[in-house]
This record gives sequence, C-alpha cells and structure tokens, in this order.
Amino acid sequence: MTALRHRSATAIALVAAGILIAGGQNAHAEPPSHDPAPHQQWSFDGPLGNFDLASVQRGYTVYAEICSTCHGMQHVHFGDLAGTGLTAAQAQAIAASHKIPDGIGSDGKPALRAATADDAFPTPPVAQGLIPGAVIPPDQSRLAEVYPGGPDRIYALLTGYGPPPPGVTPPPGLFYNRFAQARAIAMPPPLSDDAVEYPDGTKATTEQEARDVTTFLAWVAQPHLAERHRTGVRVMIYLVFLGVLLFVLKRRLWSNVY
Amino acid sequence: MAGSPSRHTTEPGVTGDDNPQDSESTGFAGWLDARLPVISAFRNEYIRFPMPRSLNALWTVGAMLTVVLVLMLLSGLALAMNYTPTAAGAFASVEAIERRLPAGWLLRSMHMTGASLFLAALYVHLFRGLYYGSYKAPREILWIIGVALLAMVMVTAFAGYVLPWGQMSYWGADVAGKAVGAVPGIGPFLERLFLGGDQPGDVTLHHLFVLHFTLAFGIVGVVGLHVAALHVAGPGNPTGIPAKEPEQTLPFHPYFTVKDGLGLVVFAILFAAVLFFLPGLISEPENYRPANPMHTPTDIEPEWYFLPFYGILQSIPSKFGGLVVSVGAILLLFLTPWLDTSPIRSARNRPVYRIGMIALVVAFVLLGFAGKHHVEGAWLYVGQLATLYYYLHFLVLMPLVSRRENAALAYGSALRVGDAP
Repeated sequence: MTALRHRSATAIALVAAGILIAGGQNAHAEPPSHDPAPHQQWSFDGPLGNFDLASVQRGYTVYAEICSTCHGMQHVHFGDLAGTGLTAAQAQAIAASHKIPDGIGSDGKPALRAATADDAFPTPPVAQGLIPGAVIPPDQSRLAEVYPGGPDRIYALLTGYGPPPPGVTPPPGLFYNRFAQARAIAMPPPLSDDAVEYPDGTKATTEQEARDVTTFLAWVAQPHLAERHRTGVRVMIYLVFLGVLLFVLKRRLWSNVY
Repeated sequence: MAGSPSRHTTEPGVTGDDNPQDSESTGFAGWLDARLPVISAFRNEYIRFPMPRSLNALWTVGAMLTVVLVLMLLSGLALAMNYTPTAAGAFASVEAIERRLPAGWLLRSMHMTGASLFLAALYVHLFRGLYYGSYKAPREILWIIGVALLAMVMVTAFAGYVLPWGQMSYWGADVAGKAVGAVPGIGPFLERLFLGGDQPGDVTLHHLFVLHFTLAFGIVGVVGLHVAALHVAGPGNPTGIPAKEPEQTLPFHPYFTVKDGLGLVVFAILFAAVLFFLPGLISEPENYRPANPMHTPTDIEPEWYFLPFYGILQSIPSKFGGLVVSVGAILLLFLTPWLDTSPIRSARNRPVYRIGMIALVVAFVLLGFAGKHHVEGAWLYVGQLATLYYYLHFLVLMPLVSRRENAALAYGSALRVGDAP
C-alpha cells in the first residue's frame, strides 16, 4: 500500500517536473531572450575544484527554509547530508525534524512519522502538481547540472529580480527577472536580506544567500566532485610513476634489439 | 618451434630468465599439460609467440581494448546488481548508485568513460587495420570477426545508453524505433517488437537491458575468436611484408608485454584524465533529466561515437535510404578483403591508396561534425560529399588501385621472367 502510494507520488512528481521542463525548453528554442549571466568565482570551478563546505551548509539552511517550500529534491536522502561535513547524528537530527507521510493511521487518516536518514527529502505538494493551476517548480536534485547556464545562471536569476524597465510589463502572475527566459519567471523573488539566520553568524545578505544556495545546489548535483578530484590526483601520480618505470624498463629491454 | 629471441646473448640477465625450462613437464603442471595443454599453449602464445619487431605504437591498441572490455564487464556487473530495469525505477536507481552506493559514482564514471574510450580505441584499431591492409590474406576471417565486433559493440553501447532512462536515453530509443520502423513492409512490426508498444517504455527498457547484458558476454566470446584467429595468422606489421623468422621477430615476452604495458599505462592516464577531471567531455547534461515522453528535447543527439553514422543517416533525404546507407557503411567493411585485391598490404607502399586513406579519415571526421550539426546549412553538402567519398573509397578506389597494382606487379614479374633466359 505504502509502496503503491510512493510509486504514484513519484510518477506524479516525474510528470510534474516534466511539464515544467517542457515549458522551459519550449522557450529555450527561441533566440536568447535574457541577459547573459556573468561568470562568478566558485569553489567548485575547474578540474581541481573543491566545495566550500561551510557555504554548502549555509546553502542547505537557505534550501531548507526557503526553496524546499516549493521545490522537491527527490533523489537526495537526509543521510546524504553527511557529505556536507555534518556528522551522521546531525544528519539524523535534521531528518527527525521533518514529518513525512506514513500510510494510513489506525484512525483512517493519513499518518505522519519523523523522517530518518534513509528517507528522501519530501517533495512539497506544489512540486507534485497537486495545486491546480500552479506552475510546477522543477526538482532540484540535478538542477545545477541540467539548468541552461548552470550555477552562474542560477546565481544571476536569484539576484536578478528588479522593477521592469519602462514600457515592459511582465505577463500576469509572472515576475520580471532579466536573467529568466523571456525576462519573466513564475517564481516570486525568493531571497531577501536576513531571510534566514545563519548558525555560523555570517551576515545573510541576498547575495550571500544566493551564493550559498547555489553552492549547495552544485554540491547536490555532484556530491562526489571533491572526492573525484582527490582520487584523480592520487591515481594520476601513481600512473605517471608507473609509466616512467615502464618507459625505462621498455628502453632497457629493447636496447639490445637492432 | 616458436623463435627464441635472436639477439639475447648480450644481456642474459634480462632475457635469459624468460626462456621457459622443460622442467615444467613434470609434477602437477606436467600432469595437467598432458591432459589440457593450457600451460604450453600459454607459453607458445604469450611468451614465445614470435612478433614482428617492426610493430609501431598502433599495435598496442588491441591490448587496451581487451583491458577496457574487462573493466566494462566488471563495472557493468556491479552496476547491474544495483540497477532497476523499469521505466519507473531506472532513473532513480541510477541516481541512488551515483549518490549512495559506496564508490558507485566511480563505478558509473568508469563504465561511462570506458564506453567512450572503448569506441575511440576501436576506431583507431579499425583505421589502423584499413591503413596497413590488416584484412588481406591470410587474415580475412580475423578482419570479419573484428567488424562483427564493431557492430556488436555499437549495439551494446546504444542499449547501454538507454538504460539510465534520462531524456536522451528515452528519445534515443524513440529515434532508433522510428529508424527501424522506416524499413518498408515489416518496419512497423519490427518497431512494435523492439519498443513493445507505440512508444519506448517498460518493455523497451527490458529488451535493451537483456540485450546489453547478453551482447556484453557475446563480445567476450567473439573477442576470444578474434584473438585465436590472430594467433593463427600472426599479427601483420607496418611494412606490409611478412616478418622473417627468427631474425625479424621477437618473442612476445618480455618485448611486447612491456611495450603493451607501457601503451596501457599511457591509455590509463588518458582514461583517468577524462574520468576524474574532464567528465563533461563524455557526459550529456540533458540525460540527467528523467525521461519525459511528453516533451521532445530541442536537440536529440547521439553519443559522439555514433555521430559519423548519424551524419550519414541525416545526409540522405529519405528515411529508409539513410538507414540503408548508414548500415551499409558498416557492411562495406565486411567486404573490404574482396574489394581490395592488391597483394601489397601497407599503405606505406601504396601512394594513391595512402592519399585515399587519409581522405577516408577526414571524411569520417567530417561526417561526425555534420551529424553534430544536424546537417544544417552547408553541413548538408559536407555530409553528402563525405558519404559519397566513403562509398567511393571502398567501391571504386580500392578495386581501381588494386587493378593498377596487380597489373604493375604482373608486368614486373613478366619482365623478370623475360630477362631470365
């Protein structure tokens, strides 16, 4: 029963995400109709990039308090947060603070239980497409990877709201944003100064929040990026050393061949 | 019987130890070898086996392919144990592999990088064979098995690409289904059989999962035949003239074990560079969106290794025609030993054919670019010209050059016979 509900919920979420992607992509077919997103310096840039984990953790705060109200992140589990530098117990505590559906209770009503580290981030109703007429926000599991323009564009979008220039009126229900497709977006301006309070005392300006949440989204899209780079350096050192040895051995063995 | 190293007297410490002693014919090894000659076969084929000493670096690609194949099998088995072959579960299971399976990201990166670099090495191997005439007698069967392997690998790679059930997976299967459906008469039936419905879905995914898995092991078996045939005829060499034994050969071990080993490490460095630092070269972001039957991506594009054939497919205005011509491009390779009848093997000694071979590689690369640009604008003409050249190379240039060379050789030997008395 639970499995069935879960599967249908997943299917709905997939379809929902698809509809939104469809909208975004159709617009993408037209010539670029937004300002180019300026390049930002990111800790994860380049072939040796690493994540600024303090920024990732602050970004989770922004995601948890703001983004997750509307956006799902269905492929990420609470336990995965250990990868941001939290301990397993801290990840467990974060999980326990969320209530997720747990079938039908003995009173015949939908029951809730505290989430565990093995549970996926809950997908809010609007992202499941359960709110009639609402635009369905895209799932954020891989958003930093699949969104055209990547992290630079996400950061630009989050900080790109403002009053429309004279003579421009965004369509009803949409907000003016010069980095959005056709310079209009259904997402209301999500960030503002002091919209969240950072546990580490960092001043929560809009730019800081945007930077942190973008870093978090990049981490979510490629949680093993830093490990991949670290492993790569070790493998390369080993292979180059082995290659030099084999090169010397080959030269030596073939030296008596003429 | 196999030649011992012709010049090993100077450094007995290096090569002397590698001459197997006959003492192995006693004890368990001797008992086993008398019943199943695995030990002497290994010694004959991989230690004493005479190899032409003129082989260049291109002859180490076969070893690279073998090692990548083993890597693909092992990583593929581990992935398959954690994969769900259903339309509802496939994407999520791949996400779980990448996010939560211990070293799952590494397994999947290896499998993805392996697929790309396997095809890359296979193309190098193929064009090396074409350039140095590796398909000529007595290696026709070796060549045919090799082309069959290319076809099997391409089908396996396609099937594997559909499995994650992302947007490109889904729409790739859709395009493949429509291509099959373009066959006159039985096309629609075949399309339904392949897709298991009107559009890609659960049944398609199941078909391709089984196909991917089965063909992978089929490839291992056929590689066994390929290597067996290689060890019957012996490897060709860049000069095109069979190496004289023993003065122009060297034993496989240690000379070619160390040479192949060095080639393998250089290949591994390239492999690791792509896997760990430049994965963007071989991955398609669009495939990290889950399959969505209701939305066609603006830009459906196969993996880079299919682009030359995709270029041919699109260069031909008719759907079925494109299918025939692009499949024909592979089928032509099977006929190569009988299209090129000149006894001169290596393009080094065939100036006209050599230019033709360079043009063939250029045409193949151009077809890839034409495919990438969906043969739009000028790329249509580039694609069509390159397709035309590809066919002309095999069907006109090869027979013509062969005829000229055969005639010249006959004339030359007639002269010598005439001079003799």
